[in-house]
Amino acid sequence: MSDKSEFFITRDQNIYEVVIGLEVHAQVTSNSKLFSSSSTKFGAEPNTQVSLVDAAFPGMLPVINEFCVKQAIKTGIGLKAKINNKSVFDRKNYFYADLPQGYQISQYKYPIVGEGMVTLDMPEGQKKVGIERLHLEQDAGKSIHDIDPNSTLVDLNRSGVALMEIVSKPDLRSPDEVNSYIKKLRSIMRYLGTCDGNMQEGSLRADVNVSVRKKGSKDLGTRCEIKNVNSIKFMQMAIIYEANRQVDLIEDGKKIDQETRLFDTKKNETRSMRSKEDAHDYRYFPDPDLLPLEIDDEYINKIKLEIPELPDEKKKRFIDKFNLTPYEATILVSDIETSKYFEEVIKDSDVKLSTNWITGELFALLNEKGLDISDSPISSKNLSKLVNFIKDGTISGKIAKTIFEIMAEKDEDPEKIINEKGLKQESNPEELEKLIDQILNDNQDKVTEYKSGKDKLFGFFVGQAMKVSGGKANPKLLNEILKTKLTK
Amino acid sequence: MSEITSLTLFELIKNIKEKKISSNEAAKSFVDRAERSKKLNTYVTENFENCLKHSKEFDNRPNFDLKLPGIPIAVKDLFCTTDVRTTAGSNILNNFIPTYESTVTQNIWNEGGILLGKLNCDEFAMGSSNETSFFGNVQNPIAENIVPGGSSGGSSAALAANLTPITIGTDTGGSIRQPASFTGTVGLKPTYGSCSRYGIVAFASSLDQAGPMSKDVKDCSILLEVISSFDKKDSTSIDFKRNNYSKDLTNNIKGLKIGIPKEYRIDGMPDEIEKLWQKGIEYAKECGAEIIDISLPHTSYALPTYYIVAPAEASSNLARYDGVKYGFRSSGENLIDMYEKTRSEGFGEEVKRRIMIGTYVLSSGYYDAYYLKAQKVRQLIKKDFDEAYNKVDAILTPSTPSSAFKIGEKSSDPVSMYLNDIFTVPVNLAGLPGISIPAGTDKNNYPLGLQIIGKPFDEQTVLNIAYSMEEKINYKNNISDWWIK
Repeated sequence: MSDKSEFFITRDQNIYEVVIGLEVHAQVTSNSKLFSSSSTKFGAEPNTQVSLVDAAFPGMLPVINEFCVKQAIKTGIGLKAKINNKSVFDRKNYFYADLPQGYQISQYKYPIVGEGMVTLDMPEGQKKVGIERLHLEQDAGKSIHDIDPNSTLVDLNRSGVALMEIVSKPDLRSPDEVNSYIKKLRSIMRYLGTCDGNMQEGSLRADVNVSVRKKGSKDLGTRCEIKNVNSIKFMQMAIIYEANRQVDLIEDGKKIDQETRLFDTKKNETRSMRSKEDAHDYRYFPDPDLLPLEIDDEYINKIKLEIPELPDEKKKRFIDKFNLTPYEATILVSDIETSKYFEEVIKDSDVKLSTNWITGELFALLNEKGLDISDSPISSKNLSKLVNFIKDGTISGKIAKTIFEIMAEKDEDPEKIINEKGLKQESNPEELEKLIDQILNDNQDKVTEYKSGKDKLFGFFVGQAMKVSGGKANPKLLNEILKTKLTK
Repeated sequence: MSEITSLTLFELIKNIKEKKISSNEAAKSFVDRAERSKKLNTYVTENFENCLKHSKEFDNRPNFDLKLPGIPIAVKDLFCTTDVRTTAGSNILNNFIPTYESTVTQNIWNEGGILLGKLNCDEFAMGSSNETSFFGNVQNPIAENIVPGGSSGGSSAALAANLTPITIGTDTGGSIRQPASFTGTVGLKPTYGSCSRYGIVAFASSLDQAGPMSKDVKDCSILLEVISSFDKKDSTSIDFKRNNYSKDLTNNIKGLKIGIPKEYRIDGMPDEIEKLWQKGIEYAKECGAEIIDISLPHTSYALPTYYIVAPAEASSNLARYDGVKYGFRSSGENLIDMYEKTRSEGFGEEVKRRIMIGTYVLSSGYYDAYYLKAQKVRQLIKKDFDEAYNKVDAILTPSTPSSAFKIGEKSSDPVSMYLNDIFTVPVNLAGLPGISIPAGTDKNNYPLGLQIIGKPFDEQTVLNIAYSMEEKINYKNNISDWWIK
């Protein structure tokens, strides 16, 4: 993590700021689609999860899936947003082969969720990003151009799947903030169980709006929209490319055209898809097959009771109750599974030590193995035990690392490993004294040097003691006894 | 056998229940008559063999508790029927065979009805004369080369020609009531939300409503009872308590207040329509109703409002017919080319005209001036009726501003065709129930209808007034079977 997330583009004397707004499309976690009962399971054979409604057969009518509405409300609450008592589904009309109805049912003028707020934890401190709105809409099907050389194939499995479009205000200023924003959104939705946030499977995609302006200016520049970017890395690359392109245009005295652009991940560049003049006229109008969605406060309040503790609140609690640093707390709450693991470990163990072991050794291990914490090879129960053995002096931190490595191979009780391998720490003062006496005796020349002022040799004696004890000597006790003996 | 086909539904049910006529005999009679009536061009798809087969099955295991025991019924080709081609009168669905059944037709089969076949209609129900159908125009049995009205023209013609004992149509701006008026039959458009739209090829979703078409009011009440139902598959279906319309039917309308809206007295309205209306008022008085003059001030805006709202919704509803998934597909050099050719060749002129109008009024820059304004006016029209219903129980108007016209007479002039809907569209815009009953004839002896408009969900009062007036009017169609050689 860099110390600062700020991002400016400099050309000669001119410093430019980048203004970014995101339209995130998040697939609603739901077993069935927004207006039909077909399954939403990912990876099924093409066109096996398609109802007559999804394929827009004559006379077929949409019926709203209440669960998806609830999920959108939950997400709205998670974004600290206003839930609208009345929202309207509109038709967005355009022709495409993977859009069977010839229109997408979406929400235009009256979205289900209004203005909200997301808090980002940046190195400089917290940053608030405004949410403009969240609305529900149908996903389209998928056109596949590269299977048959002569025709395009269409898979309608995704057709009609519920999406939440979450539109941010143009409050983001750097690729790092975009990274942080997407991760925070994803974290909130995972806490709520409203979107799995899986970018590889397309559950989370974004359209990125980018404009630039001279630093200090209050006016917004002409923006370009980069369509359908499906990874944070690509979003960042696209923003950097696009912002530089726009700055170059301005520097050359040219105008920026408001347009829709595509990001080519292979060439790392954006290119024009269609200009403002060519923009579709979607002819939005209220879908006459659906009544306005009316939600009363009682219904919203009932859903509020189902909302779990969210990352921001959890972070505050971790700081207040467990004395964690904001940095530690941020890391531990970013993923709900991590926070659960942490709270299980600290139930019976020291918080500080547990935190260090989770954010240090465990994260390194998971990272190395490419695992999520929910698949951690070391259970929270066993890690808790390990921490306790360190804390009560049964083992040293160094031995603990050895035991941790064994645990990583098979999730074994650390107590069993300690007993089997005889790794228990030597904390008997008499035994330690014996050990030290022998070392001092064997190294009388060094003792003389030490006493004549060569303090650094203290480490040498500790090292020798550890070596002879096989690493089991209690370091604290060892230090104390050694000091006493050498000052005599 | 000819007397079987001229029975009313009520009489036919009675005969079947009393085992005087078998379902198969009935089916045979209707099939036989249809075979001799091809000249009327009422059927798009015949289901005769299946109908005969199913009627036999019914006779083998009859269930006389059903409301339509073994009754053969032909339906408008806008209702999707499992395994039976459903075209909506369009080339673009020429080869379309649904794997599913509309709720309304399913209700009919559940009560023992048997499908005779699919009846011709204006393409996607857009038309007032059945001349826009890809499958050719329909002859009105009243006289040769006269239109049967539209869009449910095949239904009204088949009914008047005794090719089906009863039928169903759909009504977006008058498509049940106007053809009923043109053929001397009864047609009811129920309150919006009464009959499920599930499985009906959509024209304009906020206006479309299925309804019964029959030889008399009693039959109408029997079929309404069968087809009106709450359906979770249609989000605009309304869960209200439905009457036993046929059981509750009464000719006693004493003391009911019937409104006469002055705005329906339009410029250039033929004398015979004015006279018919006056006659209707007299009949209503004779039945014991109190006549009250009322005002529906926004009536003159109804037609322009309708011709914005309906095409707007249609332009979007018909976007799914793109040649990609089902139906007609033309070949093209690329996707856009394929779309253009498919839709150019697949749709007829009137449908294309309305898609163009609808696309225009929804376009950015025009939306507020047209579509949004039309929606506001629609609210005002609805408010007119709400206020009127503070004073009256129902409203009496002519069904149409003229009698049936000649085939080809208006097909080159869309606006004069649209004017035909002037008395029927306000009812759709307000979502109200309305019935057309035959009430007299014009100078050519062509039938003329009167319309009774009711309060929302008050089909019973509408039916009762119609039933009572029907008795007084005692109208009989004079059909010569001219098309049967």
